[in-house]
Amino acid sequence: MKPAPFAYAAPDTLDAALALVRRYGQDGKVLAGGQSLVPLLNMRLARPAVLIDLNRVAALDYIKNGREIQFGAMTRQRVAELSPLVRAKLPLLAEALHYVGHPQIRNRGTVGGSIAHADPSAELPAVLAALEGAVVLQSARGTRTLRPEAFFLSYLTTAIGEDELLVEVRLPAHDDMGTAFLEVARRHGDFALAGVAVVIEMNGGRARRVRMVFTGVGPVPVRVEEAEAAVTDTPLTERSFAEAGRIVAARLEPESDIHATAAYRKQVAGVLTERALQVAVQRAKGGPR
Amino acid sequence: MRMRRTGAAAPLRGTRKSGPTPKNGAARKPARPVDRRTISVTVNGVVHTAEVEVRKTLADFIREDTGLTGTHLGCEHGVCGACTILLNGQAVRSCLLFAVQAEGAEITTVESLGSPEHLHPLQDAFRDHHGLQCGFCTPGILMSALAFLNETPDPTDEQIREVLSGNLCRCTGYQGIVDAIRDAARRLRERA
Repeated sequence: MKPAPFAYAAPDTLDAALALVRRYGQDGKVLAGGQSLVPLLNMRLARPAVLIDLNRVAALDYIKNGREIQFGAMTRQRVAELSPLVRAKLPLLAEALHYVGHPQIRNRGTVGGSIAHADPSAELPAVLAALEGAVVLQSARGTRTLRPEAFFLSYLTTAIGEDELLVEVRLPAHDDMGTAFLEVARRHGDFALAGVAVVIEMNGGRARRVRMVFTGVGPVPVRVEEAEAAVTDTPLTERSFAEAGRIVAARLEPESDIHATAAYRKQVAGVLTERALQVAVQRAKGGPR
Repeated sequence: MRMRRTGAAAPLRGTRKSGPTPKNGAARKPARPVDRRTISVTVNGVVHTAEVEVRKTLADFIREDTGLTGTHLGCEHGVCGACTILLNGQAVRSCLLFAVQAEGAEITTVESLGSPEHLHPLQDAFRDHHGLQCGFCTPGILMSALAFLNETPDPTDEQIREVLSGNLCRCTGYQGIVDAIRDAARRLRERA
């Protein structure tokens, strides 16, 4: 047996799941797609007393269209990736999902699970932050909706309370904006050494509003407002893109680890900034997606 | 080695909040009672019923409880892809699922493909193009390729390489595998 022993519960309703989460508190661990948690269990880095498996809670598996697109937390990443609604209305998400692991991983991995896990190198937290989406947390006490900046607290640490479940992820439709997601990893499917999500709202030939959020370069998704300002309400030229890249490389404070040095991550993030801005602006002007 | 998409590398960098906190330093908790369930899983069309510990992975269930040892275990944390099987038709890592989660599901393993006398077109193509050497990774690659070609009957080389990124092979250098999958796609299209 790979994991340490645990007790197992597989509720089939949300109410039953919430009751279990409340009952076991810190001793319980919620199992979504399992593509991050099960490796931790198999290596015994995590030893929860009780595993609460959400895979039979059908009520958490949906994609709803509205002003914002709502994802039940247990929506498989692969289902989201192939959804015509996502491709039409959420091009940034569709592009970023392509970088999440491999198809074999995305068949199990969930939209809510990736965000709740809050890996600092993951793609979906950066997408959530770049789009100014929201997460819905539910407990027996009720629900609350949090913005990304209030939700992501640190490495693998979020604002989800001991008795709460992340039940829904909301992303605003952005098919009228220019977006791009780019990352550099050692191999396709690896976690990013650095990655960026760019969202540009155009007004005439200029960017009225720009958001740039980076992954892999800090404990939570990192926004560089100074670089955003460098391409907002100014002529969109190679020069301004390069300037934004220089600002990003100067401002980010990533850590070194066995995969890459901090200096390399800064440089990569700067180059990705330039490239992503070029792509996003081209798309905003009606170019190829 | 860069851990892939499993989160396994990341927790070493930051704080980990999973797992109960020991009450007093190194004191070990008393052994937990063993949680067992009886499950029924259809594997290659045959229903297998067994009592399993809830912590038993689907991969171990397939190998130990059904005796189908074609599914291989390499890393056991989702990186290598050797244990890839089909769960209700979709390629997944059987080391990242627990057997209890497969209750009522349809599992397809490499044993369902061909027999030594009548190889599946994928297996034929792998033989013809030197798509394997030691063969350890092959069952997982075949199952990944099977699901992929069901969805993508006429793939580009780029698509083949992308799906292969989820399976590690240390012998072939992959070129033979890419050739084999491309040729298998053609054979399957002609057969259809």
